[in-house]
Amino acid sequence: MSVAPFPPATGAGRVLGGIRDVFTSPKYGPVLVTFLLLIVVFAVGGSRYRGFVSGPVILNLFVDNAYLIVLAVGMTFVILTGGIDLSVGAVVAMSTMIAASLLQAGWSAGVVIPLILVVTSVLGLLVGLMVQVFKIQSFIATLAAMFLARGLCYVISKDSISITDPFFVALAQTKIPLGDRMSITPSVVIAIALVLVAMVVLHYTRLGRTVYAIGGSEQSGMLMGLPVARTNVLVYVISGFCSGLAGVLFTFYTLSGYSLTAVGTELDAIAAVVIGGTLLTGGYGFVLGSVLGVLVLGTIQTIITFEGTLSSWWTRIFIGVLLLVFIILQKILTARRR
Amino acid sequence: MSEPVPVVEMTNISISFPGVKALDQVSFRMFPGEVHSLMGENGAGKSTLIKALTGVYSVDSGIMTLSGSRVAFTGPAQAQEFGISTVYQEVNLLTNLSVGENIMLGREPRRFGLIDWRATRIRAAELLTRLHLDIDPNSLLGSHSLAIQQLVAIARAIDVQAKVLILDEPTSSLDADEVAELFRVIRSLKDEGVAILFVSHFLDQVYEIADRLTVLRNGSLVGEYLTDEILRIDLVQKMIGKELTLLDDLEKKTHDSTSGDDGETPFLQAIGLGKKGAIEPIDLKVYEGEVVGMAGLLGSGRTELARIISGIDRPDSGSLSINGKPGRLRTPRAALSRGVAYSSENRKAEGVVEELTVRDNIALALQADRGWFRRIPKRRQDELTASYIQALGIRPPNPDALVKNLSGGNQQKVLLARWLAIAPRLLILDEPTRGIDVGAKAEIQKLVVNLAENGMSVIFISAELEEVLRLSHRIVIMRDRTMVADIQNDDISVESLLAIIADGSILEDAS
Ligand SMILES: Nc1ncnc2c1ncn2[C@@H]1O[C@H](COP(=O)(O)OP(=O)(O)OP(=O)(O)O)[C@@H](O)[C@H]1O
Ligand SMILES: [Mg+2]
Repeated sequence: MSVAPFPPATGAGRVLGGIRDVFTSPKYGPVLVTFLLLIVVFAVGGSRYRGFVSGPVILNLFVDNAYLIVLAVGMTFVILTGGIDLSVGAVVAMSTMIAASLLQAGWSAGVVIPLILVVTSVLGLLVGLMVQVFKIQSFIATLAAMFLARGLCYVISKDSISITDPFFVALAQTKIPLGDRMSITPSVVIAIALVLVAMVVLHYTRLGRTVYAIGGSEQSGMLMGLPVARTNVLVYVISGFCSGLAGVLFTFYTLSGYSLTAVGTELDAIAAVVIGGTLLTGGYGFVLGSVLGVLVLGTIQTIITFEGTLSSWWTRIFIGVLLLVFIILQKILTARRR
Repeated sequence: MSEPVPVVEMTNISISFPGVKALDQVSFRMFPGEVHSLMGENGAGKSTLIKALTGVYSVDSGIMTLSGSRVAFTGPAQAQEFGISTVYQEVNLLTNLSVGENIMLGREPRRFGLIDWRATRIRAAELLTRLHLDIDPNSLLGSHSLAIQQLVAIARAIDVQAKVLILDEPTSSLDADEVAELFRVIRSLKDEGVAILFVSHFLDQVYEIADRLTVLRNGSLVGEYLTDEILRIDLVQKMIGKELTLLDDLEKKTHDSTSGDDGETPFLQAIGLGKKGAIEPIDLKVYEGEVVGMAGLLGSGRTELARIISGIDRPDSGSLSINGKPGRLRTPRAALSRGVAYSSENRKAEGVVEELTVRDNIALALQADRGWFRRIPKRRQDELTASYIQALGIRPPNPDALVKNLSGGNQQKVLLARWLAIAPRLLILDEPTRGIDVGAKAEIQKLVVNLAENGMSVIFISAELEEVLRLSHRIVIMRDRTMVADIQNDDISVESLLAIIADGSILEDAS
């Protein structure tokens, strides 16, 4: 057997070894492809429109898609275990409705926001219990949650409710300047903070490693003595929490609550995660990949906006094609891995 | 040895599954510093007893105590907390994670609440060294052979500061060298006072390592014995409930029918067949009706060669001709249509379909061979299944049982039955008797010999050299991913075979 011995894990050697691993390991492949894709998409935009590749455009991607990044983070946890969460779009809408109606009734933002996060986490908990305890397919359980959340929106109000609460208005208007006409919103900061936390959780905690283990093989994970049941429930709680947070960020963006917002957003989130290199069957993928996936989707959207004459449905068509390409790519990579 | 209190004591344990009484009033105990072997045929209930002890299954009745206090574990996680470390029968690791992670998962050293990857990797490397396993802990587990995966599972189990170590058929795909390594580790753990439960169908191994034996038959306890006080014949008789007499008459019959006269065209001929990183270019001929045994150490390239011949992996050099006609086999399907079938060593990942019934699994390859639109008549399927259940002793003898509910050895029999059923022109068997009990092993060997007599060619890969010697007309020896010898099997001894495997010296007297 002529296999390289374990490299000494010290200081600079470790960093170098890490870099080498990134480029040789098959599991990083799809993420790198996504990164290259992002660059290509940008180059396409840059070649067609002057001023496309510029700070403000790039930052705007983050501003416009902060809530989608947050959704994609939660979705990544679920998909890594081999599950799926179809409820996130409806939960976003529900969160905007709860926020708008309670604020209208005079509740303070300091109560409303935590309440939303608790409600959506509890909804996630219920979904998780359905999946884990009653062995209901995540597809079905989250579909039920989706209908429930949408239904609750209509119970609250059929009409759009606008938000005038000073805290929300302030957050909607605050710009954090980054010099030279550039700025971001607090939502972007929150989304990026969440991404960092999620990365640490996935890679530096046992919870995170168990998420990957479940995606690899739930049965093996159980026999290895990992807390499979608990983790399986927890990923839906995380996704629920992220949906609630995304809903809050969405209200910062739109300053209203409406039952029909975010229809189909769950599919955008899933698309971002898959394009970001996470395997739908679970076990392989990264949060950072999902962020790149969101940025790819956002960039395509921006190009189509720049084009002006194209219908926004072209975004959907491009996303569809990309998804297909990425799923085929995943198949090829997994086939080669055997 | 003076007998203190048992660490583990299970009393009158019963477990039923729908339609099967898997354990019936079984009692079992383990003492510190002792290796205890659980013996029994395929489906006797060994793995079930282990799963009962570690809380995978809940018991219908019976009492379990650990160091004198009553326990009933909710699952492997809790059993681990109480110091019971287990390697279950099938390799239950995660192919999507690295070797090091698989070893350390769930008990990674942490600093400030976060996993300390550096310490984790160092610890993993230490454990691998302890088994003298020279692989990179950062490599993906899925990229290694089954044998290595089995060793990694063992490395994981010995890390825990366990009072009790349970190994369910840990040696089923290991070669002599790895078994020796494992036994060295077992002995040192034993000296530290760990109680070890060791399950194996290899009597030699059991007699070498075990202090005490418990025999199960059909879910019932036959008895507990000290290894020194029971003869092998008696032990086998206790396991199968009758005497065993099959093996010797087989020995004589096979070797007179040597084939491979120079005039004949071989059924399969490979010239310079190779694949970078997997196997160096080799030449190989297999004649009709010939059993070619393939021997070699772990990682010597046996499985790699088999996978190339059977169209699973693509070679990047050389040529292959079948029945004199050249042409590559690009897929397993193409191989099958030209009469070449491969039975994988990894029954869990590449073998049986766990969610299907025994009948469906057996008929699968035959059906695929005929094309999905010409369904095999139900009657024919039933006959076929019944005949193989009978011939191989598949238990429970129920064609509608789901394969995932069968014991490991019985799953292996189902896998074999599938390939035997299509009666290909060349059957490549990779570790076909892995995890199969003594009685059934003899049956399978007899079947292989019969098929060869009727003109089927067989490539027989096994880590068990006795078996290779008993069945093969010719033996090909692999070493370091090349073929080092291709010799006629006339009265070669295990020792001389071992010598070639070990130092790769080609005995030039063989043609
Ligand atoms: N989950 C299950 N559902 C139904 N039957 C089962 C299940 N698990 C095991 N059995 C049955 O219980 C019996 C004992 O199986 P077990 O796996 O304990 O055998 P074993 O002694 O370990 O055999 P082997 O040597 O083949 O591994 C078998 O008849 C098997 O079919
Ligand atoms: Mg077993």
